[in-house]
Amino acid sequence: MSYDRLTRPLVRENGVLREATWEEALDRAAEGFRRNVAEHGPDCFAMLSCARSTNEMNYVGQKFTRVVIGTNNVDSCNRTCHAPSVAGLSAVFGSGGGTSSYQEVEDTDVIVMWGSAARNAHPIFFQHVLKGIRNGARMFAVDPRRTGTAQWADLWLGLNVGTDIPLAHAVAREIIHAGLHNEAFIERATVGFAEFKECVEPWTLTAAEQVTGVPAAAIRELAHAYARADRAQLCWTLGITEHHNATDNVRALINLALLTGHVGRYGSGLSPLRGQNNVQGGGDMGAIPNRLPGFQDILDPDLRARFESAWGAPIQPRHGLNLTQMLEGMAEGEVTTCYLIGENPVQSEADSLACAKRLAMLDHLVVQDIFLTKTAQMADVVLPASAAWCEAEGTFTNSERRVQRVRKALEPPGEARDDIWILCELARRLGHDWAYDGAEEVWDELRSLSPQHRGMSYQRLTELQGIQWPCPSEDALEPPYLHGRLWEHDPDRRGAPAPFAVLEHSPPVDLLDEEYPLRLTTGRRLDSYNTGVQSSGFASPLRRGETVELCPEDAERLGVAAGEDVRITSRRGSVVAPVFIDPALRPGLVFMTFHFPDDVDVNSLTIEATCPIAGTAEFKAAAVRVEKLVKAG
Amino acid sequence: MIPLQPPRRLIDVQIDDETVRVPEGATILDACRAAGKDVPTLCHGDTLTPKNACRVCVVEVEGARTLAPACSRKAEAGMKVGTETERARHSRKVVLELLGSSVDLSTTPRAAEWNEEYGADPARFGPDAATVEQPAKVDNDLYVRDYSKCILCYKCVDACGEQWQNTFAIGVAGRGFDATISTEFDAPLTDSACVYCGNCVEVCPTGALSFKTEFDMRAEGTWDESRQSETTTICSYCGVGCNLTLHVQDNKIVKVTSPHDNPVTKGNLCVKGRFGYGYV
Repeated sequence: MSYDRLTRPLVRENGVLREATWEEALDRAAEGFRRNVAEHGPDCFAMLSCARSTNEMNYVGQKFTRVVIGTNNVDSCNRTCHAPSVAGLSAVFGSGGGTSSYQEVEDTDVIVMWGSAARNAHPIFFQHVLKGIRNGARMFAVDPRRTGTAQWADLWLGLNVGTDIPLAHAVAREIIHAGLHNEAFIERATVGFAEFKECVEPWTLTAAEQVTGVPAAAIRELAHAYARADRAQLCWTLGITEHHNATDNVRALINLALLTGHVGRYGSGLSPLRGQNNVQGGGDMGAIPNRLPGFQDILDPDLRARFESAWGAPIQPRHGLNLTQMLEGMAEGEVTTCYLIGENPVQSEADSLACAKRLAMLDHLVVQDIFLTKTAQMADVVLPASAAWCEAEGTFTNSERRVQRVRKALEPPGEARDDIWILCELARRLGHDWAYDGAEEVWDELRSLSPQHRGMSYQRLTELQGIQWPCPSEDALEPPYLHGRLWEHDPDRRGAPAPFAVLEHSPPVDLLDEEYPLRLTTGRRLDSYNTGVQSSGFASPLRRGETVELCPEDAERLGVAAGEDVRITSRRGSVVAPVFIDPALRPGLVFMTFHFPDDVDVNSLTIEATCPIAGTAEFKAAAVRVEKLVKAG
Repeated sequence: MIPLQPPRRLIDVQIDDETVRVPEGATILDACRAAGKDVPTLCHGDTLTPKNACRVCVVEVEGARTLAPACSRKAEAGMKVGTETERARHSRKVVLELLGSSVDLSTTPRAAEWNEEYGADPARFGPDAATVEQPAKVDNDLYVRDYSKCILCYKCVDACGEQWQNTFAIGVAGRGFDATISTEFDAPLTDSACVYCGNCVEVCPTGALSFKTEFDMRAEGTWDESRQSETTTICSYCGVGCNLTLHVQDNKIVKVTSPHDNPVTKGNLCVKGRFGYGYV
């Protein structure tokens, strides 16, 4: 099915949504926020800001939350994908962005694609990888599935789902035992090597082979190639981050870069590939509960003071709730009102039934979106927005930290309005007379507060086809990679050393047993996207709807044939989908997408076991059984 | 270890008595453009390795026996190039006549202008001249292959193959005048390896490959480039940050291209970026 755009504001009356004027809808939205905040205090409010919208919208959104409402409860769907990457990278290097640029992948010697089906999920990034391969680089694919990415690899390491840490540890141990670690770099730029060395010691190649299912020789090959390379890139996607111990997974990969010195130099680095057009920018703009714009620490009193004087309002000196905690807060009655901008958690969150139940407990839900999504259908007020990427001015920030200009090409349909206009109208009704004369004025305010964006004027962004942060000066450009400081001779300029992490293996929470013997993992297909709201609007000849993908061996064992409807059941839910036979899967592994939730609600199967540090759910590992349907009678 | 490119030196080249300075490794075409010369090209792609297929860009290099294709011949220090000599102009004229007599160049940008400029008369071979005329292949909702407009420049094959997309859905089938661009066994696109990135359409110089929207609007007579605006923005799907140029007519997106000099895309997109705009 395809969705129609929202063209009029909607308000709920006698239980149903009806069309309303902007005036009425905005009044109703603002009144609900005011009522709840007056009754329960500012922390009963939560905002989910839109990772699809512009940096400018995200800046105004978090400012609305912090200044107009007075809480830090602002987060985005960043939480469901790459928050662990941000948490892991910032814990080690003090900055949550990927360290390299796309061009460096073309100029490197070894590329490791870990848990990343980039060939299908990030096709244009993969073109840079292909250029690298054509230039002579060796590529290693680490993935439970033999993906399109793996088909281009020198070596495919098909590991069991959720055994990334044992594999990374075994690679590290092999590097250390072969004497291939970079002792000078470790000595100068890192801390905690001795403890790390001790913690990987039990993970011999044989031990790792038993746990991960990857042959010892392949692990050894990866270890030696990565450590011996002059330059090496380590890229990962949601195969690493959608686990209950995701931040540990990320740290396990960072450990490998620290061990070999593959970070902070041209061609050597760490690249998490972001899943949404502006999920990097949303976090950079402070639309997360623990950071101010410019990814500045909210617990730092001096930084807070700068923002307080610029905004003329006090900022709470503590972290707000993240998405996962917001959902818990709804269940416990602590969060009573929610402002969702461009998010569809009812269909995108793990254990989707529980999520819908929690949103239903809210006193006042405002949804601002371009479609009447499943989530919007539950709202008290629905505000029709413009589509940021083609109906608004502003900027997005991509996976290589490049800030690029977004331009208005179309008029929004009907009465749909720009996100920033809507936010300002709501702020005005809540006593803050905000007016921005266009996105550039918002951007210039952000530049005045965020050192890493200061040098990025709109004019310069246009001239240079985007600029990567950090960019503190209008007269200069920084190198395309981060953390070059780690290679400085002068200890002062080198700054804080990067810590190794001591990590333990923790298998997926949803255990396999006789009742649920198969491992379900989820992901994307080339021509579809997330909950399918956007991508259902074009006639892709490749689209074949939701299927459950099984390897030929499992299909034969279960006695099911291609195209046959089967029942897939987890401990939380049950769905019916047709079988698709995929020889790229290994026995015991089942794959589904989440692109067609209106037909098959795959996220009713997934588990809401979340990473305690970053709050990301374990979408990649559920335990299921697949059953043949029996005809009634 | 893969060596990084050292910085390039600059060399001086003489183009029609004017000296221009270009980086070592630049082509004669680069030098001509630096000198402000308007040399026609068809098979040359700014994102592709030169194929030397069409010969419409030939120039005269002093001391060389044959004419040189400007798009692929590297400029050398001290080289003297004539872009508008009698021989070069005559060669271009014949190339345009041979192509124009056998291929439908009606949607090739600037073809009519070049015919006039070089005095080319494609009709001079008479009404019985062989042509590649054939029905357009419309086998999916995203793009159309009209090989009666194909000059066999191979750009689509290179873009689909090892130079960019690495999908290898199309190649050259047949020999000589009967050679055509084809999927394996001439199967419909929907039965081929095609992933509908449209990167072949992006590089097609004649309109033989066109988006279904453009093909349909041309058939209806509603395609009007003078009423279209072009706005470059950023794709709304994954986080790679591909630059899209939206071609808009009457507040509707009618075509999506990508800037060829962009550091993220180099002119390439995937099926979502190229076609996934239906919802706005």
